[in-house]
Amino acid sequence: MTAAIRVLEYDARVFRRTWRGGLVMTFLSPVLFLASMGFGLGRFVDSAGTAGAALGGVPYAAWLAPGLLAAQAMQTGGFAVTYPIMGRIVWDKTYHGMLATPMTIPGIVFGEIGWIGIRLLLSSAVFLVVMAGFGLVLSPAGIVAVPVATLTGLAFAAPICAFTATQRNDQGFNAIFRFGLTPLFLFSGTFFPIEQLPAVIRPLAWLSPLWHGVDLIRQLSLGRFDAPLALAHLVVLSAFIVVGVAVALVTFRRALVT
Amino acid sequence: MYHLALMSQTLAPTDPAHAPGGAAIAGMRGATSEGTTPLIRARRLTKKFGEFTAVDAVDFDVAAGESFGFLGPNGAGKTSTMRMIGCVSPITDGELRVLGMDPTTDGARIKARLGVVPQQDTLDMELTVRENLIIYGRYFDLSRREAKHRADELLEFVQLLDRADSQVEPLSGGMKRRLTIARSLINEPDLLLLDEPTTGLDPQARHLLWDRLYRLKQQGKTLILTTHYMDEAEQLCDRLVVMDKARIVAEGSPRSLIEQYATREVVELRFPVDVQESLDGRLDGLAARVEQLPDRVLLYADDGEAAAAAAHDRGLRPETVLVRRSTLEDVFLRLTGRSLIE
Repeated sequence: MTAAIRVLEYDARVFRRTWRGGLVMTFLSPVLFLASMGFGLGRFVDSAGTAGAALGGVPYAAWLAPGLLAAQAMQTGGFAVTYPIMGRIVWDKTYHGMLATPMTIPGIVFGEIGWIGIRLLLSSAVFLVVMAGFGLVLSPAGIVAVPVATLTGLAFAAPICAFTATQRNDQGFNAIFRFGLTPLFLFSGTFFPIEQLPAVIRPLAWLSPLWHGVDLIRQLSLGRFDAPLALAHLVVLSAFIVVGVAVALVTFRRALVT
Repeated sequence: MYHLALMSQTLAPTDPAHAPGGAAIAGMRGATSEGTTPLIRARRLTKKFGEFTAVDAVDFDVAAGESFGFLGPNGAGKTSTMRMIGCVSPITDGELRVLGMDPTTDGARIKARLGVVPQQDTLDMELTVRENLIIYGRYFDLSRREAKHRADELLEFVQLLDRADSQVEPLSGGMKRRLTIARSLINEPDLLLLDEPTTGLDPQARHLLWDRLYRLKQQGKTLILTTHYMDEAEQLCDRLVVMDKARIVAEGSPRSLIEQYATREVVELRFPVDVQESLDGRLDGLAARVEQLPDRVLLYADDGEAAAAAAHDRGLRPETVLVRRSTLEDVFLRLTGRSLIE
C-alpha cells in the first residue's frame, strides 16, 4: 500500500498548486444554491398548503439542503474521475511514468480513489458549514453527513473511474453527465420526495446511489434517523464503491499494461 | 555520481536497490559475482498483440557495463522489446531474465533498479522541474531529503539547475528530454533503458544529450537504447542488433557490422531521373555491389575514388558524385533492401 500513499502524495503536491482556483467556488456554490432554491423557491413551497405535510413539517430549505449536499458530492466525485484521470492515462501518460517504477496498478487505483475521498471530505465539510451558517442543520447528527456525502461521491467516482479507463477519448463523458448524472440529480429525491414520482418509476430511484445518499444525509440532518433504512443506504453505497474499484482494477490494467 | 552512490548507502542501507552490490556494478564492472552472468538474457522472446507479432522469437544477451542498441525502422519491434525488459509489457512467449530475475514475478524488484526514458516523455506538466524529480524519487521510496538532494545533483548533471523552479511546459524539446533522463537516474539505476532518446531533437540538443549519455557510459552504467539513427548507434553503442519486421537480422559492433555487410566506402551517384532509369547494366562490375535507390545509385567499393573514376571512364556523367565511408545505414539497406527512416 506504499504505492497508494505515494499517489496520495503526488495528488497532494498537484493540489498544492491548484487549490486556490477551486476555493471560491467550493464556498460560493452552496451559498448560491441554498439562497436561490432553498430560500427563493422555498418561500413558494412553504406557502403552499400541502407541501408541509409531504416534507414532514420542516422548511423546504432545511429539507432541500441535504439533497444539494449529496448532489454536490456526486458532481465532485464524478467529475474528478473523468477528464483528470483520462489525462493521466491517455494525454500525459502520467501513470505510464509511475509504472516504470515499483509503483503498481492497485496502488494507482486505491491512491486516486483515496485522494478523491479526501477531497470529498473537505468539500462536504465546507458545504455543511455553509448549511449550518444558514441554520439548516437541525440535528447534531448532521455532522455525520460529511462522511456519508463522501461515500455518496465515491459511489459515483469508483464506477465512473472504471469507465474512464476503458475510453480512448473524452466523448463518452458527455453521455455520463447528460444521461447519467443530470437525470439522477433531478429525480433522486433531491428537490422533491420520491413519493411524488409515479409509482411505476419510483423503484428506479431506489437504484440511484444518489437517492441513498440524499435520504441518509437527510435523516441525519433533520434528526429523523431510521436505522434499518440507514443501514440499507450504507450497504448500497458501499456496494457501488467496492464493485467500482474492483472493475477499475481490471480496466486500469487493460489500459496501462499491454 | 560516485558521491550519489555513497549517499544512498548511508541513507538507505536496507534498500536492496542501493545495497553495495548494486553500486558495485556501476562502479567496478566485472569485478562482482554478477560480472559473468548477463544483465539481460532473452531467448526466443516473443510479443504478440492479438494476431500481430511485434517481436518474433529474438535471442540476445546484454552484459554489465555494456552499451547495447536496437537499431531498426519504426515498427520493427524495438519499443515492444524495451517495454518487456522494463517489466511494463508481459511477454507472450519465450524466456526473459533482467538482472537475473523474471519480469513476470519480480517486476517491482527489477524496476527498482531500472532507469527508463520512454519514447514519449511522461513528465508531469502540473509540477515544476524539480518537483518532477522529487516525486519520482518518492516512487522509488527515497526519503524526501534524499530525493531533493539527488534532484539538485541531477539537474546540475543535465544542465537544468537554473530551470529547477520553472514549469515543465515552456521547456524546449531537448530540455524536456534531459529532464526525463535526469528523472530516470533518480534511483541510481544499474540499467538504463532509452527508447529513441534523441528522436525529434535538433542537432545541437542531440549532441548535448549524447555527451551526457556518453558520461553515463564512462561511469560504467549499462545502457540499452533503441534508435533509427545510425550515427547515434555508432556514437553510443558498443554492440547492437539490427531489427526488422519483429526479428533480429544481424548482431555485432557497429564496425564489425559495417565490415561484414558493407564495403569500406560507398560512392553515391545522382543522375537525372530519366537517365537513371535507362542505365540498365552500364554500372555492372564497377563495384562489389551496386544498389539502385529511387533517387540515387550506390556503389559499394573498398576504394571509392577508383570506382567513381571507373564510372567516369565508362562515359557516365552523374550530376553529383559523393564518396563516403559506409555506415550502419548501408548495413541496414543491405540486410533489408530499405532505408532506415522511411
